Amino acid sequence: MAKEILEGSRAVARAVAMCRPQVIAAYPITPQTHIVQELAQLVADGELAAEYVNVESEHSAASVILGASAAGVRVYTSTTSQGMLLMNEVLYNLAGLRLPAVMTCVNRAVSAPLNIWNDHQDSISVRDSGWMQFYAENNQEAVDLLLQAYRLAEDHRVLLPAMVCMDGYILSHAWEVVDIPTPAAVDTFLPPYPPLYRLDTENPLTFGAYAEPDKYTETRYMMQEAMNRALEVLPEIQADFARIFGRRYQGPVEGYRLEDAETVFIGMGSTMGTVKEAVDALRQQGEKVGAVRLIAYRPFPAQALYAALQRVRQAIIFDRAVSLGSGGPLATEVRALFQSAPDCPAISSGFLGLGGRDVTEETVINAYAQTRGRTVQGIFFDLRHDVEMEGVEG
Amino acid sequence: MAIMEDHLFAPGHTACSGCGQALAVRLVLRAAGSNVIIANATGCLEIFSSNYPYSSWEVPWIHSLFENTAAVASGIEAALRITGRLGNTKVIAQGGDGGTADIGFGSLSGMLERGHDVLYVCYDNEAYMNTGIQRSGLTPYAASTTTSPAGKQSWGKPQGKKDMVGLALAHGAPYVATASVGYPHDLDRKVKRALEITGPKYLQIHCPCPLGWRHDTSLTIEIAKLAVQSGLFPLLEFRDGELVQAHKISRPRPVEEYLRPQGRFAHLFAGEAGQEQIAAIQQIAERNIARYGLRRQERTAAKVPATAGEVTTEEKAARDRERVFTAAELAGFDGREGRPAYLAYQGLVYDVSGSSLWPDGDHQGMHQAGEDLTAAMADAGHGDEILAQFPVVGRLARDI
Ligand SMILES: Cc1ncc(C[n+]2csc(CCOP(=O)(O)OP(=O)(O)O)c2C)c(N)n1
Ligand code: SF4
Repeated sequence: MAKEILEGSRAVARAVAMCRPQVIAAYPITPQTHIVQELAQLVADGELAAEYVNVESEHSAASVILGASAAGVRVYTSTTSQGMLLMNEVLYNLAGLRLPAVMTCVNRAVSAPLNIWNDHQDSISVRDSGWMQFYAENNQEAVDLLLQAYRLAEDHRVLLPAMVCMDGYILSHAWEVVDIPTPAAVDTFLPPYPPLYRLDTENPLTFGAYAEPDKYTETRYMMQEAMNRALEVLPEIQADFARIFGRRYQGPVEGYRLEDAETVFIGMGSTMGTVKEAVDALRQQGEKVGAVRLIAYRPFPAQALYAALQRVRQAIIFDRAVSLGSGGPLATEVRALFQSAPDCPAISSGFLGLGGRDVTEETVINAYAQTRGRTVQGIFFDLRHDVEMEGVEG
Repeated sequence: MAIMEDHLFAPGHTACSGCGQALAVRLVLRAAGSNVIIANATGCLEIFSSNYPYSSWEVPWIHSLFENTAAVASGIEAALRITGRLGNTKVIAQGGDGGTADIGFGSLSGMLERGHDVLYVCYDNEAYMNTGIQRSGLTPYAASTTTSPAGKQSWGKPQGKKDMVGLALAHGAPYVATASVGYPHDLDRKVKRALEITGPKYLQIHCPCPLGWRHDTSLTIEIAKLAVQSGLFPLLEFRDGELVQAHKISRPRPVEEYLRPQGRFAHLFAGEAGQEQIAAIQQIAERNIARYGLRRQERTAAKVPATAGEVTTEEKAARDRERVFTAAELAGFDGREGRPAYLAYQGLVYDVSGSSLWPDGDHQGMHQAGEDLTAAMADAGHGDEILAQFPVVGRLARDI
């Protein structure tokens, strides 16, 4: 293992290569491009023995890895934003076929208006597809979660695809110190992919059969059970990870300064780094605040969240995607968790950092101020009032 | 029918009776053998063959979605390649005309352009049958479908068939061909030939659909043949962009014969005005015939009077009977491209060139001239007495 200063995309590409996927298919889209270009170069230089399929669309990228995974090899892709939406149909299919594909989602906003900057609308839009979703706070996590994602996806108790989400630009294009594992250590942690079933002329099987109403429900039940099992298997994998790489992850949720916290910020991804700094600043002013970060969003870590939040008085949830016409996807689920539970904290929620708007310590501290002594839902914490919204506000 | 003896496509599926596609699939699988992995688009075929927990597929088979089959097959091919399994195992991608020419065209184009070693088979039943007979890019001119209905101000689909062969050729695919369930022998040969070639292959098979075309279920083969014999669905074969074979027709059948038994064209026969439309369809056939040189030159047997010193017809016939054909020589007399049509039966070689039952060396779409058909006679609908009417032109060499 060696600490290096390198771009997030490059770190991820190097980690992907160490996972030895045998088929990679991807279609370029900003800000995912650095990952797939780096992988193409690794293959071109003979440093990664993989078939790199230059597809004509994201729909086909997902379809190519679907075919390859069904044929029994480890696969990888990466996309973002419009590419994720175009893949949507195939994502459901990969999950329904129980194929343990892994991808990196380099999170970006969704058009219109066209915007290439970061928020979580793309991955949140496919949250119900049957893919597991993990959100990285920094580039070290983008690497570590990738290795864990393969282990978890390929575990025969789980067999579901997984995406590791890293914030576009903020992580993908940021140069940070990353502890790059050695290939040998990765090989120990992640042995070759053992398919449970594969397309094989020696043992002809039918994949993707047609299921009528008397069978379909059971496929959903089995996938839901697999999601639940993933939450049980994850700590096992994390323990293994800690043993081999020395970095400790504890379950699907991370708590920060929760000891005596009365107010807790909840969110996902790189924003939570800023939130932690805001927590430190507020603590210095004597405020009893803390933070809870979801590493796993699917499966939804209900128990872990409940345990982390049980004793706090107030929760402020930051969503970086909008379920238009409803509210914040994360907020909705966290609130549902406390529905009719005793000692329900006062929950406020709102949006920030949409389409790449900067989230600073100040944004968080302002949000804290805005929710003091009251609960608000679905407010746009960082809304500008100096932008003309002609024709929108009427 | 000797050609149908293998069952890699198990019975018990739920296709309509007389389904041309179900028949074509069996022929494709029989020709391909068991060392194939199949990726299948959504459509009638996928639905009628894979209703869980049943499956008709005796080969590894995967259905993913409607428009991504060529990409799924590309992924399978890539996986086989990197694991050293490609070659031994062949990959077939298949879908209907909608899954191929419309919604799946992008992924097919990608597969062809990247050069994956995959055979793509399009079962062309000329509409979206699975969802209820909607028009596709391969629905022919003037066909009435549920989304291109004939009506007071409509003659059915205003456009003709998309030129998928031309489009596949434009990608530089090393093998591009059309076939028909009406000509199983030709189909069988084309699948085998395609699978011998490395790289992307495109095969479009014309498959009548009694439900969608609204014809009697017993007419599937007849109608498939009429499409070919009228020139509306030419049987073509391209190697590296060159037309190496086109199924010739000596006397093209009028398109009317093809159109009349099909309900989807019934509106053309409802009154005088339809004649114009039929004439337009005849034009399409003529254009195909001219474009691909489908018309066979009639051979005129030059009569040479027997003069002194020359052998008489009887003597010549007697000498001919002494001629010994090797299997390879016999194969040259396949009736195609104006060549004579010979076949062997129990050691004797017969000339069936003049028979209307062997046009272009093809017999009922089941047998091709140029072969030893001794074994096939057992399954024929007639006995061997029928051969008495044909001249014997030689003997078949024994295997040494
Ligand atoms: C993305 C998508 N759009 C539409 C459909 C609905 N659909 C399923 S099969 C089909 C038509 C299939 O037609 P074709 O490819 O010609 O095959 P056929 O059923 O005629 O054999 C359609 C429209 C679908 N499954 N997926
Ligand atoms: S609708 Fe047509 S293609 Fe579909 S199963 Fe019936 S006959 Fe075959």
